[in-house]
Amino acid sequence: MDNNILYSGFYKLLGITGEPGALAMTVAALLAIVVVLVAVLLHVAYATYFERKVIGHMQMRLGPMRVGWHGLLQPFADGLKLFFKEDIFPAGCYKTVFRLAPIYSLFAALSSLAVIPFFGTFYIANINVGILYIFAISGVGTYGIIMAGWSSNSKYAFLGGMRSAAQLISYEVAMGLSLVGVMIMSGSLNLIEIVEAQQTHWYGMYLIPQFLGFFVFAVSAFAETNRTPFCLPEAESELVAGYFAEYSGMRFSLFFLAEYTAMIIMSSMSVICFFGGWTLPPFLTDAIPALNMVPGVVWFAGKVYFHIFVFYWVRATLPRYRYDYLMRLGWKVLIPLALVNIVVTSIIKYLA
Amino acid sequence: MIIEKELTTKYLTVSMGPQHPATHGVLRLVLELDGETVVKCTPDIGYLHRGLEKLAENKTWPAAMTLTSRLDYCSAVANESGYCLAVEKLLGVEVPERAKFIRTMTCEMVRIASHIIWLSAHAIDIGAMTVFLYAMRDRELILDLFEMLCGARLLHIYPRIGGVRCDVDQKFLDGLWDFTEKFPKLIEEYETLIDQNRIWLQRTKGIGIVSAEEAINMGLTGPVLRGSGVPYDIRKIAPYDAYDKVEFEVPLGKNCDVYDRYRCRMEEFRQSNKIIRQCIEKLPDGLALNPDAPGLDMMPGPLKKAAPAPAPAADGTPASKVEDGPAFTEIYSATEVPKGELGYYFVSDGTGKPYRMKVRTPSFIHISALQRLCVGVLVADVIALIGTVDIVLGECDR
Repeated sequence: MDNNILYSGFYKLLGITGEPGALAMTVAALLAIVVVLVAVLLHVAYATYFERKVIGHMQMRLGPMRVGWHGLLQPFADGLKLFFKEDIFPAGCYKTVFRLAPIYSLFAALSSLAVIPFFGTFYIANINVGILYIFAISGVGTYGIIMAGWSSNSKYAFLGGMRSAAQLISYEVAMGLSLVGVMIMSGSLNLIEIVEAQQTHWYGMYLIPQFLGFFVFAVSAFAETNRTPFCLPEAESELVAGYFAEYSGMRFSLFFLAEYTAMIIMSSMSVICFFGGWTLPPFLTDAIPALNMVPGVVWFAGKVYFHIFVFYWVRATLPRYRYDYLMRLGWKVLIPLALVNIVVTSIIKYLA
Repeated sequence: MIIEKELTTKYLTVSMGPQHPATHGVLRLVLELDGETVVKCTPDIGYLHRGLEKLAENKTWPAAMTLTSRLDYCSAVANESGYCLAVEKLLGVEVPERAKFIRTMTCEMVRIASHIIWLSAHAIDIGAMTVFLYAMRDRELILDLFEMLCGARLLHIYPRIGGVRCDVDQKFLDGLWDFTEKFPKLIEEYETLIDQNRIWLQRTKGIGIVSAEEAINMGLTGPVLRGSGVPYDIRKIAPYDAYDKVEFEVPLGKNCDVYDRYRCRMEEFRQSNKIIRQCIEKLPDGLALNPDAPGLDMMPGPLKKAAPAPAPAADGTPASKVEDGPAFTEIYSATEVPKGELGYYFVSDGTGKPYRMKVRTPSFIHISALQRLCVGVLVADVIALIGTVDIVLGECDR
């Protein structure tokens, strides 16, 4: 935590010089969490606005226009509405689990933020197994969905939960394997080191040598976040709303937040592992040195928003996969591709 | 081992509908699922039953026509024209040539509008959201034209027994011509999004196969039958209105699956467009409504003067009744509406009201086909199948 500006900023704010004590470290960590959560949740709120605007314009309509200038306050209006809605428990639901499920989902999604380096010195924790941590946490997130599906006492929710469990488990494998190439190339599981390792190459992005891995990762990311064309767990026209069919009000919005947070995390992962994180390719910065003046967070946010835009773009374009095709794609196409990628990367790394 | 014996599996019964985003209104399908596979599908209908056939018995012939627009509310003019054709046959009313062309034209306009509803619903059910909005945007053009023509956008009540309510004007014809100029490009726009899309192909090819023989046995009509390669189109085999004076083709499918039925309907868009253009070009002058046709002031009583009572016989005993009760005539007349064959069966007792009206609606018969089509498919395919048979529950439940 030596060069983390979040912590050092707080120490300066609290007037602590020298080695901070345990209490100061805890307070600083909590403050750092608050800062990151608020920042990310605001982005999540506006990601929903962004989605409605982007898809709206793609479909030749305007999207939200009424609340504030061009509907800019729409996310807050939605949030308020959901917050004040009646809290409904469906008949025969398992109340404890029903209450727990959305919290669990959101908790899992937000926990991943702990290790995401937004730029070189801005993160909550810098652990040496960042990638593994994110996989573990996103696997845990599945429980929230299964719990919601099971406790709702609804067959649609149940089917949605089952689909989701199968889908997430299948694609977790492909996703994990797709990043092995990146791990081999960078020689690290630490997200910051992965970004720094990319800077040692002239192209500055693993996207180029790891295009196969990126393809597998991108497809799996769509499946992991339950986005179109893999939105089977919540397939609107089949399962009404899938696992959260019985949820309303605040609990529904927690699922919603979890989904969009997961989307931001998957985009961030892609940016960190394949797009060089907050850095630009060296050949670009060498050509135009002025680019070095721009803070890294701009590049990071820009790249993340590009990914999120692609999520929306795909949603506006593609129909939905069928369940068995989804499984076939996961096991018969993506996993073999990821394995090929690992073998090829290893051989090249060994020879080089 | 003991535990294994005690394990039993049972099917999950899911009631899909009547409130479900993909059941096109109030259709309820009781699905028995083995995992995601459908074992049994039982359609449950009647949630939209309004007793239209019975209601018609208490209305005069011109007034009962307003009920028919509520059958398939996506293609009101087509239902009304079919009704008028049947009544005209029954009452022996002549229709002016100009009115025939106008009817053909409006029927094809409404075929485009109805197919647009089908396309958008089918696409959004399978997950292609943008097609829905593109198609709905273009349906608005047709609805605006209808508004220009008769003031109504959805339930037009435009045809009349013996013609149409009001004549078309040049402004409308120009607007319609402009529409037919740009509509082929719009069809291409929908096709760009889904026609060659791999996911769309996976979701529609080889799904819901109905062989020609089966389709005929199940009584399927319209694009659902033609998708199986049966060239049955009432517009061709028993032309009514001005269909014998325009040129068009009947698109047929080969593989009998959801994709071929989709292709059939997309091709029908183009054929309808062609028919509309020909109607505008060939539109003859003359009256739009036969002045001798029964108007809205038709009375419910006997139409013709009753025959004078036979004179009593010379010996004073009353004459034996020649006929007991009214003379019944019956008629069946079918037209090709967007969804298939729409047949009207009337029994008349010679009064100004139908004695019995029975409507053979395509949706009712197509829903019965779902029962067979849905066995052994996945839940996701059920949605595609509901879309492909193109049903409207207002028409099914009547």
